[in-house]
Amino acid sequence: MLYDHDTIAAISTPHGNGGIGIIRISGEKAFSIAKDIFEGKKRFDEIKTHTINYGKIVDPATFEVLDEVLLSKMVKPNTFTKEDVVEINCHGGSTVLRNILELILRTGARLAEPGEFTKRAFLNGRLDLSQAEAVIDLINSKTSESSKAAIYQLEGKLSGKLKQARSKLIELLAHIEVTVDYPEHDIEEITGQKIYSEIKDIKENLKNIIMGFEKGRIIREGINAVIIGRPNVGKSSLLNELTGKNRAIVTDIPGTTRDVIEDYINLNGIPVRIIDTAGIRDTDDLVEKIGVEKTHKELDSADLIIMMIDVNQGIEKEDLEILDKIKNKKSIIIINKIDLVKEEKLTEIESNFNDRKIIRMSLKEDIGIAELGDAVVELFIKGEVSINSEVLITNVRHKNLIDRAIESIDFAINAHESGMPLDMITIDIVNSAQFLGEITGESVSEDVMNEIFSRFCLGK
Amino acid sequence: MEYVAGEYDVIVVGAGHAGCEAALAAARLGVKTAIFTINMDSIANMPCNPNIGGTAKGHLVREIDALGGQMGKNADKTLIQSKILNKAKGPAVYSLRAQIDRRSYQNEMKNTLELQENLDVKQGEIVEILREEKEGNYIITGVRTHTGTIYKCKVAILTTGTFLKAKIIIGDVSYSGGPDGLFPADRLSESLKEMGIELIRLKTGTPARLNRRSIDFSKMEEQPGDETIVPFSFETEEIKRDQVSCYLTYTNSKTHEIIRANIHRSALYGGLIEGVGPRYCPSIEDKIVRFADKESHQVFVEPMGLNTQEMYVQGMSTSLPEDVQIEMMKTVPGLENVSVMRSAYAIEYDGINSMQLNLSLEFKHIEGLFSAGQINGSSGYEEAGAQGIIAGINAARKIKGKEPLILDRSQAYIGVLIDDLITKGTREPYRMMTSRSEYRLLLRQDNADIRLTDIGYRIGLISEERYSKFEKKKREIEEEIKRLNNTHVPPSEKVNAFLISKNSTPIKGGIKLSDLLKRPELDYDSIKAIDEKRPELSFQVREQVEITIKYEGYIKRQMQQVEQFKKLESRKLSKDIDYSTIKGLRIEARQKLDKAKPESVGQASRILGVSPADISVLLVYLEQHRNK
Repeated sequence: MLYDHDTIAAISTPHGNGGIGIIRISGEKAFSIAKDIFEGKKRFDEIKTHTINYGKIVDPATFEVLDEVLLSKMVKPNTFTKEDVVEINCHGGSTVLRNILELILRTGARLAEPGEFTKRAFLNGRLDLSQAEAVIDLINSKTSESSKAAIYQLEGKLSGKLKQARSKLIELLAHIEVTVDYPEHDIEEITGQKIYSEIKDIKENLKNIIMGFEKGRIIREGINAVIIGRPNVGKSSLLNELTGKNRAIVTDIPGTTRDVIEDYINLNGIPVRIIDTAGIRDTDDLVEKIGVEKTHKELDSADLIIMMIDVNQGIEKEDLEILDKIKNKKSIIIINKIDLVKEEKLTEIESNFNDRKIIRMSLKEDIGIAELGDAVVELFIKGEVSINSEVLITNVRHKNLIDRAIESIDFAINAHESGMPLDMITIDIVNSAQFLGEITGESVSEDVMNEIFSRFCLGK
Repeated sequence: MEYVAGEYDVIVVGAGHAGCEAALAAARLGVKTAIFTINMDSIANMPCNPNIGGTAKGHLVREIDALGGQMGKNADKTLIQSKILNKAKGPAVYSLRAQIDRRSYQNEMKNTLELQENLDVKQGEIVEILREEKEGNYIITGVRTHTGTIYKCKVAILTTGTFLKAKIIIGDVSYSGGPDGLFPADRLSESLKEMGIELIRLKTGTPARLNRRSIDFSKMEEQPGDETIVPFSFETEEIKRDQVSCYLTYTNSKTHEIIRANIHRSALYGGLIEGVGPRYCPSIEDKIVRFADKESHQVFVEPMGLNTQEMYVQGMSTSLPEDVQIEMMKTVPGLENVSVMRSAYAIEYDGINSMQLNLSLEFKHIEGLFSAGQINGSSGYEEAGAQGIIAGINAARKIKGKEPLILDRSQAYIGVLIDDLITKGTREPYRMMTSRSEYRLLLRQDNADIRLTDIGYRIGLISEERYSKFEKKKREIEEEIKRLNNTHVPPSEKVNAFLISKNSTPIKGGIKLSDLLKRPELDYDSIKAIDEKRPELSFQVREQVEITIKYEGYIKRQMQQVEQFKKLESRKLSKDIDYSTIKGLRIEARQKLDKAKPESVGQASRILGVSPADISVLLVYLEQHRNK
């Protein structure tokens, strides 16, 4: 099955370009989605085509304002893809961008595959012939990439787990179908209740697999790391050291970093999005207060917390508060400025962080930076998040298909709950297996047939 | 002596279920047609089970009927028991099945052929297909019989069933022979091979026939028919007829012991059989070996007709030698004193590689040669008939210079059957099953007429009289659905009392009758109690109304899927495309596509070995060439 006619969405600006980003939505449902989440001066329906409009993105379920945005509405066919297109210019940084994208995906779009906007533009006759070659290359590079990934995943856990879930569905289907196609054979009829409980289990399995997508995203898009610590412990200096440029203002005056600063770096091959935060402290300064609030938000969505301690300042109440706040997060503790004190003092400070990863650092003497890189690799690749032991979905297409498989099971569950006959319930179980089969490359019809003939004794 | 005995537009080779439908369709469409059979007394023979219909097969019969075919009508005339299967499992899988009086069925069909205008019925074995060669392709010019007589024709349809180089195998004995003691067609295969047709070897089999007088039915379970007989054909008004019963008994450990002890003498396990048999009808020895832990297997004993004592024993198909057959049957309750009239046998025969055909059932490389039925690798009378009518229609349309009729997977089981055979090919006899259809909620047996009568009418196989009757039915359905959608019932005492009596939640405000009908615990007939202005409607209309409203949501969703499917089906692919030159296609896909020459992007996507990425490349290619 090809999904050439559904609605797709993606962040269409490259990562790491500061706080501004554009989300593009294309397809039949683009306008209805925008209508649901956009609040501007004019109602979305009344907005003229090809105009830019100021407004807010509001989650209709919680009424939470996600960001202030500029939104463009473009009625087909005069658009890039020749479909209805909505573009949203966001300002709130990449976390906000991602939250808005997720809202859009929840509202009815699916995540676009790499190059899919261009592919649609071409297939809808938008691009000229010279560009056709580029599109074919695009498809091909995707093919070879995905076939590489396919081989990798074939051996990996994802495929294994998906096959397991799928073969349960197939087994279930074979059991249903055999009694349908051989009604008079003495085969035990499968009960709706049994189907119900089994598909619920399968759904749980699939949901667990989907959770791996978040972790897969880390490999794909990088780690969200937040540097935190009390004012003037050296956070901005560390960021500057890692990025090699003077992004943050570094002074001796506490509270200089009043906003959240982010940058992309490469730590031993892993992309890491580093967010330098304002220090956390009680303050009356309004601007700084906003900075502190943002810091709290960033902490919540971070994959990794890098906490800095200044040996001279030692451990204070605020540090313990931070430590408490991040107790469930992956973290690395950096003891900075170790050139200034003796070993006993270091040991004393370190005793506060029992099993956390600690790195001694002196930016002045170039100690600890390499260890930080190693620690990140250790933590995310070999350590707790490991590609070898966990199921990681890195492919957007796969995620979309698993999402659809889950959705189909939900339909089947509802059908059972509302007392529909077996053949109606079967329709969605078939769909679900079909979607999973598009990942593992298997056809439902053949598989059910094989299952029927190998499991059941039939004949004339 | 070689001489030209006649000239026809269409010649049908073989008068089984595919051949009869093909010949009737072609002749009825006004082209001069002849049908040949090895034995005039074996027209429309049922050499295996004496029944028509069943799951998915019943759907096919209804579809054949909606297109103007004969199978349904003939079954209605000659059935001796009728049953609806899967009643509790939902409307998509209800299936109609009838036990048939085999001889009556044959006589009726033979007489129908004989009476048909434009059709000559002839006895003779066709041994050669005559053709001209033109630019590497063949064009059909006629056929030659075993006596050397030539009949010229523009189109020939192969419906040879299981007769090509047929070999009968009974245990350690095997000989050249067709089903039911008929002669095989040994010479035609060579002619087909000369034309570049790839042949495959297939295998099937049939159980023994027993004398009714030797069976003790008191030891078996009686299986009567349904009280009301539901006809297959739209044109059959009502059937009131006494029905006969089938009987059920079981094998046991003794039976299995005998089979195990003699398994080395089985043709199948002894290595005598080279053809690939169907997995869905394994022989009894196959079942014993593969499902060793099963202690007993069902055996259905079915009458072969009213004027015969022969009984068919479904469940005991075998290639064991005769002495073992008798010994094992005698262990089955009720068969202790059994007298076998015909022994069970396995049969091997030549079929063609169905991937060499177009969806119209014409060979890709042979102009004017069509092929339908078991020769294409299918199994079953209904599958054969379904292909037969399509081949017959397309043969006539070819003569008239019209586009072929191709039903797609969203229109009919016939479409699924032909698409599967042509696009994927088959290595074992292909049986239709409801699970093979993606859109089975839409392809129900109850709405086959609604799906296909228009097509049958436009083609010219449906009479004006039937068509106006059909339009009336359609109108009644539409009006009744509209009425239920517009009729509100109030939350009156009467209504709520009714709902409570049906274990249904009482209503607080007015509600549409159609919304009540959607409740699983209610049905169209039961809500009559609160539906004051209900018109008098036939069962067929009521059934449609109920299913359409009750499963509206599901039907809508499947229709959306069909829309997606149609988009790819409508992207036609020219037969001239040279796939080997398309940049970006994987090598495997290039080869598969070049061999298959699919008719649409949709069909291409179903070819094994063609990936979604290949399809994307193909779409880009099409776009490039549309712009040029």
